Amino acid sequence: MSNMSVPKAPRIWQLAERRYRLVGSKCLKCGRLFVGLRKVCPQCKSTEFEYVELSRRGKIYSYTVIRAPPMEREKYGPYIMAIVELDDGCRLTAEIVDCSSEEIDIGTEVEATFRKIGEESESGIIYYACKFRPVVKGV
Amino acid sequence: MRGDVAVIGVGMTKFDEHWNKQLRDLFVEAALEALDDARVDLKDVKAMFIGNMGSGMWVEQEHLGPLLADYLGIPGVPSLKVESACASSGMAFRLGFMSVAAGLHDIVLVGGVEKMSDVTTGESTHHLATAADREWEAFYGVTFPGLFALIARRHMKQYGTTREQLAKVAVKNHKHGSYNPKAQYQRAISIDDVLNSPLVADPLRLLDSSPISDGAAAVIIARSDIARRFTDTPVYVLGSGTATDTIALHDRDDITILRSVVLAAKEAYSMAKVEPEDVNLAEVHDCFTIAEILAYEDLGFVKKGEGGRLIDEGMTELGGKIPVNPSGGLKAKGHPVGATGIAQVVEVTLQLRNEAGKRQVSNAEIGLTHNIGGSGASCVVHILGRSRR
Ligand SMILES: [Zn+2]
Repeated sequence: MSNMSVPKAPRIWQLAERRYRLVGSKCLKCGRLFVGLRKVCPQCKSTEFEYVELSRRGKIYSYTVIRAPPMEREKYGPYIMAIVELDDGCRLTAEIVDCSSEEIDIGTEVEATFRKIGEESESGIIYYACKFRPVVKGV
Repeated sequence: MRGDVAVIGVGMTKFDEHWNKQLRDLFVEAALEALDDARVDLKDVKAMFIGNMGSGMWVEQEHLGPLLADYLGIPGVPSLKVESACASSGMAFRLGFMSVAAGLHDIVLVGGVEKMSDVTTGESTHHLATAADREWEAFYGVTFPGLFALIARRHMKQYGTTREQLAKVAVKNHKHGSYNPKAQYQRAISIDDVLNSPLVADPLRLLDSSPISDGAAAVIIARSDIARRFTDTPVYVLGSGTATDTIALHDRDDITILRSVVLAAKEAYSMAKVEPEDVNLAEVHDCFTIAEILAYEDLGFVKKGEGGRLIDEGMTELGGKIPVNPSGGLKAKGHPVGATGIAQVVEVTLQLRNEAGKRQVSNAEIGLTHNIGGSGASCVVHILGRSRR
């Protein structure tokens, strides 16, 4: 398990704000949105970007239930992972929580919710980011 | 370039869980078999290219280039590790091809090796997921089976591909694997076996998935004009293509198309001056059953969305119009990730030399290899021929 001891804190810190606030990159030329920080647009090659808060609601584009997790998540048991298409058109990969896989499908409306993702070790830092949950109608 | 380089010898270990062998042992075993097959002396090897995905993670050993040259007994020879996730040794073959075609070296050893079984399944799952976008995919918990499951669910939704069609890919490849003495699994399975196996990442099940394997494969390539000094049956590299796509699956407009495959195939077909219908057999990257369906489509054997029909009609079985994965594929032969691309070249070479035994494709003139890295962020395609054309 030697890889578990690699300190992740610097990398977690570098991306913390983008993950916490769901900050993405918007190409000012073609309008395409990306999670994370981009400096060159893979679609139109522009280098003009602004960094924007992405939409916190969207729909499930595809989903699966992870039943054979990687070592760092083995204790969490089966969990749902999806590609979510946000209302602004940006897609990202996220866990779907607060529901069972029978309650969702492609097209299910979901919203972002701030959650724990994991921890570096028993005494190390805990890392957080956005997961998504089904939108409860009429609330 | 077309036909300027020939495969003159091949070797591979059995793919298996080799509890009592180390990475270097596996590589040397495959390399010596290839050298013997090519009747090439060690001193004639002018360079080595070694495909390997993650020796630094799996066995805490990097710097494989010199290590493996040393253990093969030829320290001093230029030797380089090539990494492109599961496409590592397909890419190594590409670099070996380029170095010979460019006139830099006349005889080159290209190998691939991976040792995965020394760690737990959860650790291997973690290591494999480093081929995805670590910070925006794997960090959140998605695994490789998970990424292909996301693709499978979209493919089923968009084209009506069925669970049974996916199962048929595994059934076919296990049947083929039963004819391959070097396959990890040499037993046939049924559609029910697949459908009743445990879910790994819905809708994909255990028997939709290639196993965790140890193994190595190696080939000797040479300038075509000297190939017949070593062998009566050189197999020529007619076309070579490679391309990339976005690292994250979620950044692709349509995740049912692996654009890297479309682009790599276009380059390879164009160099080889062949069309998809000219291909007599293919070794494709069936890391999961859905990946073989995608390969049928993205390599141009059928139109997008019709991959399920091709497996239903039995076209890709031995005896069909275009047998795919006569070796058993990654599913049954095994998938030591860094060795897979060269193992594909080994199989196509044996087929074109008419030496594939019980799994021989009759009258095979042209064969294709398709090796992808990650969820298709990299792809390398080669087209090999029995004649230089
Ligand atoms: Zn743009």
